[in-house]
Amino acid sequence: MTPENHSRNHSRWLPFERPLQELEEQIAEIERFTASKGIDKSTEIDSLRQRHQRLSHQIFSHLSPWDQVLLARHPNRPYTLDYLRLVFDDFIELHGDRRFGDDPAVVAGLATLDGRPLAVAGHQKGRDVKERQYRNFGMARPEGYRKALRVMKLAEKLGRPVVTFIDTPAAESRLEAEERGISEAIARNMAEMSLLRVPVVALVIGEGGSGGAIALGVGDRVLMLEHAVYSVIPPEGCAVILDTFGRDPSRADEAAAALRLSAQDMLELGVAEEVLPEPVGGAHRDLAGMSAGIREALVRHLDDLSALPVEELLEARYRKFRRVGVFEEPAAG
Amino acid sequence: MAAQDTEQTRAKVDGVPDGLWVKCTHCSEMLYSRELARDLKVCRRCNFHFELSAQERIQVTVDPGSFQEHDAQMRSANPLGFPDYPEKLTRAQQGAGTADAMIWGECRIGGAACVIGASEGGFMRGSMGSVVGEKTVRAAEFALQRRLPVVMFCCSGGARMQEGIVSLMQMAKTSAAVARLHQAGLPYICVFTNPLTAGVLASFASLGDVLIAEPGALVGFAGPRVIEQNLKIKLPPGTHTSEFQIEHGMVDLVVPRREMLSTLTRVLRWAAAPNSSPAPITPGDQTIAAEL
Repeated sequence: MTPENHSRNHSRWLPFERPLQELEEQIAEIERFTASKGIDKSTEIDSLRQRHQRLSHQIFSHLSPWDQVLLARHPNRPYTLDYLRLVFDDFIELHGDRRFGDDPAVVAGLATLDGRPLAVAGHQKGRDVKERQYRNFGMARPEGYRKALRVMKLAEKLGRPVVTFIDTPAAESRLEAEERGISEAIARNMAEMSLLRVPVVALVIGEGGSGGAIALGVGDRVLMLEHAVYSVIPPEGCAVILDTFGRDPSRADEAAAALRLSAQDMLELGVAEEVLPEPVGGAHRDLAGMSAGIREALVRHLDDLSALPVEELLEARYRKFRRVGVFEEPAAG
Repeated sequence: MAAQDTEQTRAKVDGVPDGLWVKCTHCSEMLYSRELARDLKVCRRCNFHFELSAQERIQVTVDPGSFQEHDAQMRSANPLGFPDYPEKLTRAQQGAGTADAMIWGECRIGGAACVIGASEGGFMRGSMGSVVGEKTVRAAEFALQRRLPVVMFCCSGGARMQEGIVSLMQMAKTSAAVARLHQAGLPYICVFTNPLTAGVLASFASLGDVLIAEPGALVGFAGPRVIEQNLKIKLPPGTHTSEFQIEHGMVDLVVPRREMLSTLTRVLRWAAAPNSSPAPITPGDQTIAAEL
């Protein structure tokens, strides 16, 4: 699906978007009426549009953690390839891990950002039923992570920065993934990314799902889109496992609140450095605007990072992750 | 990625007073507890490996009297203000008798000085939150400073859900610390014990230079029960075990507990002996390099 038609396609509405849905349908109906009868209803339409705008602001600035999760998984939400087309001047996709195969749940390749050559790797979800299956719902297999690592190492070899796009419910955990060492692939990526001698910026664009996400997430900067989430476990899974939530999946909203998984939470917990504001209603409402915002942020961060001597860059990256953690140490004695 | 409740797979060996009989959780053989202890808690009949506490693990591994624990008092806080977490920590501390799910320190194994770490499976399933992450990193950094090899005994249900994203970040933090060990040319050996899944397996545990697993241990990214529930499928028997992992090339050795110490000693001796290889090739020796 092209970015243009997917941004206009609001066929799927989230529960908290219902008042907006009603308004939009109302506007559409009046427009149809105007067109068929030739009667001017523009003042009515204008006032409805203003109400729509006010309501949007109100709704999207007061989302509950669970609403955030739903929005991060919105069926119309832009995916990695949607952004690649608009954020970068050029993109050549590379395929395969040279060990087993090519995983369509991860895209990786050579890109150019405002004239700067760099490498990109990111999870890729599918839009329709067929593509969703082809992309394995964005759940990467070991060969996906190994492909990403191969391209990141290529960037390092040629002194090009790395940008990653994170958007996955989780890493693939089925038997085939187990047989090919999904755990090792995730661990290896984190270890290798921590040592890459080039700037690394990681951007969470949708779902930052657990180990599958952090396997592409060890960057000098971690950026969150405003409505992206990042979590150690999906709230539904958390609610089912913990007696705290009565092992009841319908209490996922409570688990979502307890897990603190919003972009703002990431800033407060020292996991992310910046939250990139989204167009009102979410990135899918204005893909071009969101892409411009991403482009601006990537250029700014990469310029900052490129100014650092490499040893300083690596030490700062190590320290950034090193300091995440909260514990108590009673004074010895 | 987060810790799964694997209560059913956990063998119960706690609370066995001396001189009593213990039923093997696997084959139901009645075992005399003193004998079981002498056998390093391995069933004589079916070779089932009971879980060891972190203390027991260190006791049966290090040279007597050589273990010096570090950071014994480090405790979890509640970084997210997660409901019920403080109560669960208190209960776990009382149950396991440790401050959190791992202990580490310096020791000697077969005479070789090294850094050792061991997961405490009895503490919230050995799950990794801030404390396990920090201790693992401190162990690695201590080894870097003293140029010592590291031996890690790992069993864990994964990341500690109650610490949310903070626990996920421990995967990156520990992997980065291990990457520095590799960079510095220090040996890092991991032993997988029952059960080892998710966040710990997918971070510092899988990064060992040599990976050793105890027989019959549950080892896998997502536990088989989780996969069967989530995907509504039935897995063939024998997946997600040490034997499955070695068959697929994911561990180097499956070593029974009674041979673990001698194996570790031999590996450490090989890895930590003074370097006897010829001096590094200099530019003048390029012809040799080409022949190699």
